[in-house]
Amino acid sequence: MDEALLRSLTPGVIAVLVRRGADFAAAEDAVQDALVEAVRGRPSGPSAGPLLRSAGGDPVRDAKGWLVTVAWRKFLDATRADVARRRREDLVDAEPEPGRAPEADDTLQLYFLCAHPSLTPASAVALTLRAVGGLTTRQIAQAYLVPEATMAQRISRAKRTVSGVRFDRPGDVATVLRVLYLVFNEGYSGDVDLAAEAIRLTRQLSARVDHPEVAGLLALMLLHHARRAARTAPDGSLVPLGEQDRGRWDTEAIAEGVAILQGALARDRLGEFQAQAAVAALHADAPTAEETDWVQIVEWYDELVGLTGSPVVRLNRAVAVGEADGPRAGLAALAELDDSLPRHTAVAAYLHERDGDLETAARLYAEAAHKAPDLAERDHLTRRAARLNTRRRH
Amino acid sequence: MAKYLLLKHYRGAPAPANCVPMDRWTPKEISAHVQYMQDFAARLEKTGEFVDAQALAPEGTWVRYDGEGRPPVTDGPFAETKDLIAGWMVIDVDSHERAVELAGELSAAPGAGGEPIHEWLELRPFLSAPPTITE
Repeated sequence: MDEALLRSLTPGVIAVLVRRGADFAAAEDAVQDALVEAVRGRPSGPSAGPLLRSAGGDPVRDAKGWLVTVAWRKFLDATRADVARRRREDLVDAEPEPGRAPEADDTLQLYFLCAHPSLTPASAVALTLRAVGGLTTRQIAQAYLVPEATMAQRISRAKRTVSGVRFDRPGDVATVLRVLYLVFNEGYSGDVDLAAEAIRLTRQLSARVDHPEVAGLLALMLLHHARRAARTAPDGSLVPLGEQDRGRWDTEAIAEGVAILQGALARDRLGEFQAQAAVAALHADAPTAEETDWVQIVEWYDELVGLTGSPVVRLNRAVAVGEADGPRAGLAALAELDDSLPRHTAVAAYLHERDGDLETAARLYAEAAHKAPDLAERDHLTRRAARLNTRRRH
Repeated sequence: MAKYLLLKHYRGAPAPANCVPMDRWTPKEISAHVQYMQDFAARLEKTGEFVDAQALAPEGTWVRYDGEGRPPVTDGPFAETKDLIAGWMVIDVDSHERAVELAGELSAAPGAGGEPIHEWLELRPFLSAPPTITE
């Protein structure tokens, strides 16, 4: 049973059930039940045979037909208790041929529904991973380190929240992109690679909606993902961009990301994700850290400041200024920012280190470690402090 | 089986024998320490005694109810707070002796000079659910 294939079919199958008259919540439950059965490797139902024998036929159509049939059966089983017998028979009578191809934008409608503005970010993320991504509640719970029952509640509350939303109205692509970006940034834990999953879902979205920011986000994800292997040392510690072994970057992902970004930029509708991807592409383009085109990176950060006004962007810009025009210039740019910003102290430490003031840098690294938001970063900053303190002793 | 909480303190525990702060260690000593902690947790997972481990940020906020319709009152962090928890590990073991043995091992994590820190850890038994058969 090809789990990845089945999962990619999930949103389309939910849409088929919805068009047959199931409401979204019930359809989503039914498809989830069918997926859980498939993942367990004990397929049942009338079409299980053809799926497993699909070598000669069209595996996608067979798999979809199987999933539609099993999910529809699950839906009927579930409604049997609630719905009058007469109604159920109507539904059975109305059952169309399994595996009929849905309209192309059904999946897109599901993206909009799962990222609906009435949902909290955590709920939108969970619902997207389940209804669009085809992950099981258990897998999502493991990835976010919460009990399965908690995640199940979060998902069913999210479904209740969007239960009144019409399925046929287009939504806002920007909300969908924010949700996918959140999924990507969570990295991964458990047996599900959330970053890879976010890329898959963004790729699927980009095939359905023609929008330069969708392409920008896909490019951004690919360019960051390309560096993943180089980002961690064998002992699990973080390796900063400037010290990464660039030979371990995934050149295929970089090439794809750059090509997608160029296509998006050519359309002259710049947005936040395209500008972030442009920064990532300039890093990817440098054969060594020393050859990085920091002047151009500062220009892209200027664009980003204009687009978002975000203080976090200004902080990153200060780092780039420090590389382009020297650490003093970077410290001057930093001085204009609120020092309670996350990572402000870490940036100050880095710029002082580059400026040769190792004592101040070591003190600031230790202070930044104290404020670090995660363990890997805390260990990394403590090591920087330790390295400078050791060097100063000898 | 009985569950125990192993509490690690930023402040409030008796001073350990090897009490050099971490940013004064060498990077290699830090790596050795981190590795020891990871190996310890991995080993307990294999023996079926590991439940959970978490680290806490050093700074938090005190919060209390301030009456109907009013937002909660927040205060702190208080620098003078005697006791500050750094993190914990929860283990599920057969006996109190086993819990003490494991806490001792965790306390032997290497610090400055690669020598054990001898850090004091607080061992707290969970109050368990009542047994099914009481009579």
